[in-house]
Amino acid sequence: MNLDFSQIVPYIPFMLEGIWVTLKFVFFAIILGAILGTILALFKIGSIKPLRWFADAYTSIFRGTPLILQLMIIYYSIPQLTGYDISPFLSAILAFGLNSSAYISEIIRAGIQAVDKGQMEAAQALGIPYRAMMKDIILPQALKNILPALMNEFITLTKESAIVSTIGYLDLMRRAQVVGSDLFRNFEPLLFVGLIYWCLVMGLTVLGRLFERRLKLSD
Amino acid sequence: MIKVEKLYKKFGNNEVLKDISTEIKKGEVVSIIGPSGSGKSTFLRCLNLLETPTSGSVIVNGQDLSGPKKDIQKIRQQIGMVFQHFHLFPHLTVLENLTYAPMKVKGEKKALAEEKARTLLKRVGLSDKEKAYPSSLSGGQKQRVAIARALAMEPELMLFDEPTSALDPEMVKEVLEVMKDLAKSGMTMAVVTHEMGFAREVADRVIFLDHGVLVEDGQPIEFFNSPKTERARDFLEKVL
Repeated sequence: MNLDFSQIVPYIPFMLEGIWVTLKFVFFAIILGAILGTILALFKIGSIKPLRWFADAYTSIFRGTPLILQLMIIYYSIPQLTGYDISPFLSAILAFGLNSSAYISEIIRAGIQAVDKGQMEAAQALGIPYRAMMKDIILPQALKNILPALMNEFITLTKESAIVSTIGYLDLMRRAQVVGSDLFRNFEPLLFVGLIYWCLVMGLTVLGRLFERRLKLSD
Repeated sequence: MIKVEKLYKKFGNNEVLKDISTEIKKGEVVSIIGPSGSGKSTFLRCLNLLETPTSGSVIVNGQDLSGPKKDIQKIRQQIGMVFQHFHLFPHLTVLENLTYAPMKVKGEKKALAEEKARTLLKRVGLSDKEKAYPSSLSGGQKQRVAIARALAMEPELMLFDEPTSALDPEMVKEVLEVMKDLAKSGMTMAVVTHEMGFAREVADRVIFLDHGVLVEDGQPIEFFNSPKTERARDFLEKVL
């Protein structure tokens, strides 16, 4: 075995910087995905047929094609079609946000539909308008059903974010490759960023558990 | 107060209510009884449009609910409803359960809504529970909170859908007491119930439904002592 971790030491700051770069776009992608996903979920359970069709078609397309393909299409075709030179950062947010909104919308839809139908009837009987009922009565309860699956989605998104290395975005993964080709040794830098990804995911997991526990207070 | 004319309700091919016409006057307490599957609950739920009638009309204070899109939320505010399974909002405290709708729907100030809520909680004997969450209450307590929550909207009519059917026997009384008290205060009430005692003692009128048909509609004394129809006699023999 010729392992030599000392060789990557000078590159550690360079690779650590990737944490921030990765987290930055993952953060925005999660926000975009959550907002869009909520809207799509509301379309899906709503009574307006065209919106329901749109949401279903949207989910079908974004779940039915590879994420890396969506990323490439956004990154390469937007400049070709519009002349706007889209940055890897923006492409990554768009691709991951749009893609994960499809999954999130399904998670939220199922979570909402799992809330006891009586809750909606009680709210209707009190004359509470639809919007307020959704926001204050149904969604807070749905959140409890949704949270574990949502955490799972965020974890997947964080890990799969490594795909952006294919469009040259200098995230954790890409940095490991850069260091690898610089040193002609790949295993050490790859293992190093692997450890970082694992720590990030563990952080998310702990955060999710804390949040879940807080929501359980009213039980 | 509320008038029902030629009400029909179908679920698919299943005709649940057939040609129901009746009226509930202001201050009246009407018990709706009948065997299970007779359409009692569906009838009650048609009164605040939780179920949409297939045909016929429900007229509340002169407003036809089944007519062209009325402001259904406005009308529902005048009609309180108590469910068999309470349906309290589990993520809100007892006090918040009572204040949410008045604040959100009627725009009441928090202080006023809370003051009124506390008065209502006192009335149903649960002053000490205002900070509790529904999950920590017994069934009887939950139902009393549910009644108070409906009253917080200051409705003109209260609908009760088998309010004691999901309760343990020893908790039935405390809920019935609250309802009796409410009836005494002059509230207009429509109560779907299996509590024949309540129907006999408290109700001004009894409506008997069987297979979706309004079979009898009269004074409790007459109904319980000398039912006019065979079906009502059959039913009473089984339950009394």
